[in-house]
Amino acid sequence: MSFIEVSDLRKSYGGRPVVDGVSFAVEEGEIFGILGPNGAGKTTTVECVEGLRVPDAGRVRVTGLDPVADHARVARVLGAQLQESELQAKLTVREALQLYAAFHERPADWRPLAERLGLTDRLDARFGKLSGGQKQRLFIALALIGNPRIVVLDELTTGLDPRARRDTWELIEEVRAGGVTVLLVTHFMEEAQRLCDRIAVIDKGRIAALDTPAGLIQRSAGATVISFTPSAPLDEHDLNALPALASAEHKDGRLTLSGTDATVNAVITLLARRHVTAHQLRVVDATLDDAFLDLTQEATA
Amino acid sequence: MNAAVLKTEVRLFRREPGALFWILLFPTLLLVILGSIPSFRGHEADLGGLRTIDVYVPVAVLLGLIVGGLQAMPQTLTGYRERGILRRMSTTPVRPSALLSAQMLVYGGAALASALLALVVGRLAFDVRLPEQLFGYLLALVLAVLVALALGAVISALSRTTKIAGAIGSAVFFPAMFCAGLWAPVQTMPDVLARIVGYTPFGAAAEALNRAAAGDWPGWTHLGVLVAWTVLLTAAASRWFRWE
Repeated sequence: MSFIEVSDLRKSYGGRPVVDGVSFAVEEGEIFGILGPNGAGKTTTVECVEGLRVPDAGRVRVTGLDPVADHARVARVLGAQLQESELQAKLTVREALQLYAAFHERPADWRPLAERLGLTDRLDARFGKLSGGQKQRLFIALALIGNPRIVVLDELTTGLDPRARRDTWELIEEVRAGGVTVLLVTHFMEEAQRLCDRIAVIDKGRIAALDTPAGLIQRSAGATVISFTPSAPLDEHDLNALPALASAEHKDGRLTLSGTDATVNAVITLLARRHVTAHQLRVVDATLDDAFLDLTQEATA
Repeated sequence: MNAAVLKTEVRLFRREPGALFWILLFPTLLLVILGSIPSFRGHEADLGGLRTIDVYVPVAVLLGLIVGGLQAMPQTLTGYRERGILRRMSTTPVRPSALLSAQMLVYGGAALASALLALVVGRLAFDVRLPEQLFGYLLALVLAVLVALALGAVISALSRTTKIAGAIGSAVFFPAMFCAGLWAPVQTMPDVLARIVGYTPFGAAAEALNRAAAGDWPGWTHLGVLVAWTVLLTAAASRWFRWE
């Protein structure tokens, strides 16, 4: 049995389908990412997992429990960090941690958690006085304070500076190493690529692709990118004849081609045949960014 | 009900100087100001031999619970919903209703403390006799607190934002204070008006408190009006309240 099961989930607001038949399963100990453009239905999907919304149709199970009907039992195993959800402005960080710890039967010790999230010197500060990044770190602490078996993080590192972002990623990896299953909503590719074992790309309420980060990149049309400045212009016709070419771009005399390994080989052969030198030749794997744009564009077309 | 949530809400209430002043101190302060006017300490035939200060003690008692229930609580609750605090709590094993009941206990408790302060200061400073029918007085007071909280809950249910809650709270505040007798104590109102006011929550509360203060039973009609309003308003609040 999967830890989280979502099958054919549907939810509309005012007749407009926001989640339109989403299915996926998350295994224990996995970091599972949900990636998608704004308004794709990511948050609504995880809100159904958290039991905050009642699906119109479909089935959601968290450790075999229905998050709506068995809300109390699901809340004991699932910690959530929500988007746009605050705390009482005059509550201090320490009081918030103590209060949320008191909600759970076997809470984590909040002191090391606060230490790990760099909140120790802000324990007596009121919530209303915290910076955006500090608020975000407090929310992550509150999601973890109940020692959950599953943690759902919605836009985890929004508002964090690069240093705090990397620290938070390390923390999430530690949390997973401790056996916690992570469901991560993000629109931040680097984060998804670094953390996730598998990613579901959601676009317009449907799953556009579900694979490992490497798998998503591979399956996109332009998985490999080759760029160089040719010593002499190349014939358009030759370029278009390249095998598995996904795109070709000229900019300031520099040529950027994307395709597969076969494209790369053919380019090198072509250059040799035409006696053209490739200056500053770079061959790189496409990033998740490219794959994402490719996948979500496909769905639009 | 959750003890940790209640403790937190009490602590947060103590950090609101505005609420502390208007709910706990202002009613008694008003009483002290009125009591300092010499003519208000003379016996009036209009008031059945009572002094003006005597009839203003119940008004001060009601003032604290009207400010707390109708103005302060709806703003806090609407803010909790607007800022997603109730929502965040929905993801924990504790239900967000714990926050609602804690709020009601905090404001109900503050209203009772304010009432007690007004009674004690009235007794010590102006020699206003303590309620003679004590049990009846307490019963009427508790029912008045409940009706104020129920009305506050309806305002919270109907207001999408704290601004709306503030506006509705103020719009209801003045009629409520009129009925409680802030401008003209119920005893001095013309008969027809007094009769109509007697069917409003705070008019009935004022009448019940006055009778009990004088040593009579508060009157089943007045108590019945309070209970009926509480039931009706509670039903309306639970029907319309939205968690997000």
